Amino acid sequence: MVRTIRLTINGRTHEIETDDQRALLWVLREDLNLTGTKFGCGMGLCGACTVIVDRQAVRSCTTPVSAAAGKHVLTIEGLATDGQLHPLQQAFLERHAFQCGFCTPGMIMNAYGLLLQSPNPTRQEILDAMEGNLCRCGSYHRIVDAIEEAAARLRGGKQQ
Amino acid sequence: MKPTEITRRELLTAAGLYVMIPVEILLAQEPERLPARAGYPTDFNAYLRIGPDGRVTGYAGKVELGQGAMTALAQLLAEELDVPYERVTMVLGDTELCPWDMGTFGSLTVRQFGPVFRAAAAEARAALLEMASEKLGVPVQDLEVRDGIVRERRNPERAVSYGELVAGRRIERRVSHATVKAPGAFQILGTAPSRKDGLEKVTGRAIYAGDVRLPGLLRARILRPPAHGAVLRELDTSEAEKIPGVQIVRDGNFVAVLHPQWDLADQALKRIRAKFEFQEVPLDDSNIFEHLVKNAPPPHTVHQQGDLAVGEKLAQIRLEATYLNSYVAHAPLETHSATAVVQGGKVTVWAGTQTPFRLKTQIAETLKIPEQNVRVITPYVGGGFGGKSASQQALEAARLAQLTGRPVQVVWDRAEEFFYDTFRPAAVVKIRAGLDAEQRLVFWDFYVYCAGDREAQQFYDIPHQRTLASGGWGSNPPGLHPFVVGPWRAPSVNTNTFARESHIDALAAQAGIDPVEFRMRHLRDPRMRRVLEAAASKFGWKPMKLPSGRGVGVSCAMYLGTYTAMMAEIEIDRNSGEIRVQRVVLAQDQGLVVNPDGSRQQMEGGIMMGLGYALTEEVRFRGRMVLDRNFDTYRIPRFSWMPRIETVLIENPEAPASGCGEPPIVNVGAVVANAFYDATGVRLYQLPMTPERVKQALAKT
Repeated sequence: MVRTIRLTINGRTHEIETDDQRALLWVLREDLNLTGTKFGCGMGLCGACTVIVDRQAVRSCTTPVSAAAGKHVLTIEGLATDGQLHPLQQAFLERHAFQCGFCTPGMIMNAYGLLLQSPNPTRQEILDAMEGNLCRCGSYHRIVDAIEEAAARLRGGKQQ
Repeated sequence: MKPTEITRRELLTAAGLYVMIPVEILLAQEPERLPARAGYPTDFNAYLRIGPDGRVTGYAGKVELGQGAMTALAQLLAEELDVPYERVTMVLGDTELCPWDMGTFGSLTVRQFGPVFRAAAAEARAALLEMASEKLGVPVQDLEVRDGIVRERRNPERAVSYGELVAGRRIERRVSHATVKAPGAFQILGTAPSRKDGLEKVTGRAIYAGDVRLPGLLRARILRPPAHGAVLRELDTSEAEKIPGVQIVRDGNFVAVLHPQWDLADQALKRIRAKFEFQEVPLDDSNIFEHLVKNAPPPHTVHQQGDLAVGEKLAQIRLEATYLNSYVAHAPLETHSATAVVQGGKVTVWAGTQTPFRLKTQIAETLKIPEQNVRVITPYVGGGFGGKSASQQALEAARLAQLTGRPVQVVWDRAEEFFYDTFRPAAVVKIRAGLDAEQRLVFWDFYVYCAGDREAQQFYDIPHQRTLASGGWGSNPPGLHPFVVGPWRAPSVNTNTFARESHIDALAAQAGIDPVEFRMRHLRDPRMRRVLEAAASKFGWKPMKLPSGRGVGVSCAMYLGTYTAMMAEIEIDRNSGEIRVQRVVLAQDQGLVVNPDGSRQQMEGGIMMGLGYALTEEVRFRGRMVLDRNFDTYRIPRFSWMPRIETVLIENPEAPASGCGEPPIVNVGAVVANAFYDATGVRLYQLPMTPERVKQALAKT
């Protein structure tokens, strides 16, 4: 059904008139030109399209935009604040936890969702939470290391 | 550590709408028109430009697939010019701005293009020194360069910067005697600076071919046949046309649905009713091997020495086996994508491709326009592995842009990616070999069908041997394969290494000799001996007779001038048949290492990717239909597979830099098969070693 959908994306409110069954991924990429969120499989099997909707990591390729109506959506473009990278971005950058970079936004957003739910995850919890995100270049070890490091930095930041 | 600051301009770009590359800016930076001849230009201005502010832009026809070309090339340029790495920007894969290049494959960037690029930078530095000498009135031998500033050694006040010397112009001076630096003088080569593509990739600002946005851009979804070779017989687009904004284009068998939004174009495509006609081909993933052996073209002799008949007579133990591997997909996370625009008879195509210059020729042929009217721009490529050497999607985008007069974007979905992939060929290797009374290899007869002849030739010391190869991943007789095959990371070498190293291991077992010791007895090359020793030492290899029950394995390979030895430890779940790789050690001698962290990324990535073809990856098909359409049935490695990985880079800077992107993957099949034999006493002859095949093999004993 075509209707007006209001949703907040990276802190900005948008009103979009569209078919509410369209996947959030395509509304982000095609209607709003937020191309950091990637299309990889279209069936929620690879994680490249992961974004945060109200503190939950979701696969935007299988999430209808209606499910995000009235909610807060965070994409990779909204992660850095006040000109500073998020500790996850910083750790991915420093550890070179990427190669081609196509899975990277989804990896970072999925990890962000994990750390919202579980700020102090064990290595096994990280592996379990990331299991549905695929990296064909095989940067998995570095990604887990980067998430562990970012989690430690975020906890350190809160104690100060 | 201080967080990286993003400038305000960068943040605005990140939130902005269009990522168009302003053409006037690109033209202003243009270093030089491309020469008409196919080959690397001799004028060093083709490779670099120094701005008035001292910033250096490097130009190369290579592309950034994730392998770190942008970073390694920037290091080479900074090193030879004596400018800070941070001041270098690389422009890659743009056919209008960059010097011609054959393509980004074969681990050639540092190995083959690197010396050309270094030499250009070294000549530019020498020319700049001469210019500075004249400007300062100081002989060249009394000058030194640091951070792009030329100074008189004894009087550092007398100085001039590259930026001032060049003043935005091209450098006209030529120097015939320039030399590159000796390894002892390196300051940037051999270090691991922050990757040039890092900031863009962690912020989502990295642009891939499907991220290009142009005013009026249409997304195209193309009607695909159910099987290769199918012909369109009936078409009804009436339901599709009911979606507002849809445009249908038909040109013979080529039918596309266009819409400003990809998903709505896709919806319309699904409403098209079409009937295709195709011939049933009685092939599938179970009978393909028989078919290949029967129909492969006649073999050519790759290598022959001694006399096989003599060797066979000397043999006390003979061993014969056949090794198989299935078709394997590239499955990059970014599907084939391209964006094309035709303006004033000129076409510009942004493409995820490994071969921008070849693509330029193909687009000109497809659109029937002169080649100089075609420009291919390669943004970041989301993985290639050989699969983006073919760029059909870019031809489709260009064709549709010409047909509609609008900018058109083609982004394949995952099913198209599997259907049109140029798979690694299914292949068969037959080996006969024997040991003499002293347990030495006396003969070796190796025959590879359909994988290709690369690294088919034996490197162990064997007096009587012959290597035959028939067919390959390049051109093949029609009907041999049910679909297109092509180069897949280390083409033919994964197959040949799996067969050779499995068979060597089986012979070691027959001889009752530790498999490392057995290899050492047959290795003369000191570089190969050294990597094997390095791997054994890192792994803590304990000599043993096979099978020891521990589940450890070894495999060696030589490829692209790089020497590798891999060891692994595995666990087997005998109930489920699943193999779990616990630990992998990879030692590698690749000569000069430009960027050790970059090399380790390739080593770690190669091991992880290799586990896929070793354990699960095989394309299922029926006739000319591809049954795998997504990652649910085609299973690639994921987080839970991660073994402990240790990498050893051999210090050997005096040897020329050899390949690094492909060699790390070639041992994975054999090392797992050998570890499996060590654990169970059962040998697996077919890749991938799926739970079903494992259970079958174990049940036979």
